[in-house]
Amino acid sequence: MRTGSKLQVDPIACDGRGLCAEILPELITLDDWGFPIIRDRVVPDRLHEEARETVRICPKLALRLEGPH
Amino acid sequence: MRAHDDLRHQPSQAGQAAQATPQRPDHLPRLLPTGFAAGPARLAEHCARYGTPRSSSLDRRRREALIEEVERSGLTGRGGAGFPTARKLAAVAAQRSPVVVANGTEGEPASAKDKVLLARSPHLVLDGAVLAAEMVGASQAVIVVHHSVREIVDDAVAERRRAGFDRVRTRVVTAADRFVAGEASAVVHWIEDGLPTPTRKPPRLAERGLGGKPTLVQNVETLAHLALIARYGASWFRAVGTAEEPGSMLVTILGAVREPCVHEVAIGTPVQEVLALAGGASAPHQALLLGGYFGTWVDAAAAASLPFSSAGLATLGASVGAGLIAALPGDACGLAETARVVRYLADESAGQCGPCLFGLDAIAGEFLRLAEGGTSDLGMLRRWLGQVDGRGACSHPDGTVRLIRSALAAFRPELEQHAQGWCRATGTACILPVPPRRQR
Repeated sequence: MRTGSKLQVDPIACDGRGLCAEILPELITLDDWGFPIIRDRVVPDRLHEEARETVRICPKLALRLEGPH
Repeated sequence: MRAHDDLRHQPSQAGQAAQATPQRPDHLPRLLPTGFAAGPARLAEHCARYGTPRSSSLDRRRREALIEEVERSGLTGRGGAGFPTARKLAAVAAQRSPVVVANGTEGEPASAKDKVLLARSPHLVLDGAVLAAEMVGASQAVIVVHHSVREIVDDAVAERRRAGFDRVRTRVVTAADRFVAGEASAVVHWIEDGLPTPTRKPPRLAERGLGGKPTLVQNVETLAHLALIARYGASWFRAVGTAEEPGSMLVTILGAVREPCVHEVAIGTPVQEVLALAGGASAPHQALLLGGYFGTWVDAAAAASLPFSSAGLATLGASVGAGLIAALPGDACGLAETARVVRYLADESAGQCGPCLFGLDAIAGEFLRLAEGGTSDLGMLRRWLGQVDGRGACSHPDGTVRLIRSALAAFRPELEQHAQGWCRATGTACILPVPPRRQR
């Protein structure tokens, strides 16, 4: 059961490369300076795999998926 | 000249001189010395007034009883966030070999209450720091103080060493002179690595802080209250203040008042009575900045009769914050005042989080254009405020956004005038102190 996983960004580690918003536009948009805004921190089940991929691909390792997996 | 150089503690007439037999202070001020003697209270005077603190390694039961007493007192952090002190104490006491940090950084240029407290009653803060260490089972307390009071605190620590006073090791560190340096994780970062910037959470400081150890960071005023609660008990503490926000607090009063000062007031004292302690208005007030630079602008007339408590000020969307009231005279421009402070706050970003670094800079530029009557885009400004709010590792962007939003509400009539290129302000004096801009 993985319902309720939360996607979180470490704002110190993040330097706004923006890959996350390309991979997961359903949950992540960019602000006017190119830094990710996570629209809905609770990841719906259908996006769980994409969320994991996004966490893996962040070049700054600034994303984390927390909670039940 | 820095504004707080002007600020003096105004002793209360109600206080009694130190007596041979220590008595519970029944009147305010509780924390600051009574009478007109200049300089810090020496150890002998301190003990004559409050009695000698019992310094013994506390057994588990005594520690728990003391934490319960603090819980009954209702003491909350006096650094601005107002978190219940007993909960912080209990969280750290549950961990192994913790450390205590007394936070006297007070990086906010307008605030002087921690500096005045350390300059006048250094031993009360040290009592509190040592006691907090004993309560959580720490063997070390680090006292971080503004450079202007470093010598006084060093002297007080030396006095206690000579007297063989404390069983807990105390170390004094000069605070970094930056606005963000007072944030709890930044204080720990500064002590450890000489970098006054906040660090990521988790881990929480109560779990992993200084040297990887569980760390209790408490504001110096909070610790001074703690020292008195341990002596006189929770009921004594609650004898002033409101039921929800008991006790007294130090308040910095500045701006259009006759005698800018730091005063100790019962929480819930009407705002106009707090202003009267600073000699009253030196010019008619149009607005008050409550809480500090992360605080809230409110209409002066609307706030006058409200209790100075977070519950009392909530009707205006304000809170007591770190205990600050800045009075804006009628002839000043609130937008221009705010623009200067916002520029300063943007410059003081630790520069670690993108939305804070780039967003606040953009916001400061847009707000300045608005205040100067240039071509500005209020819609864009509001959009940016929404984008940076809550987006940092610490509350620096949130606090700045709060200040700006309150300015846009409080000075709404002026917004339109400014958009048409004129301002009704005739005064040129700067009310809110901001240090000279540093080279970036």
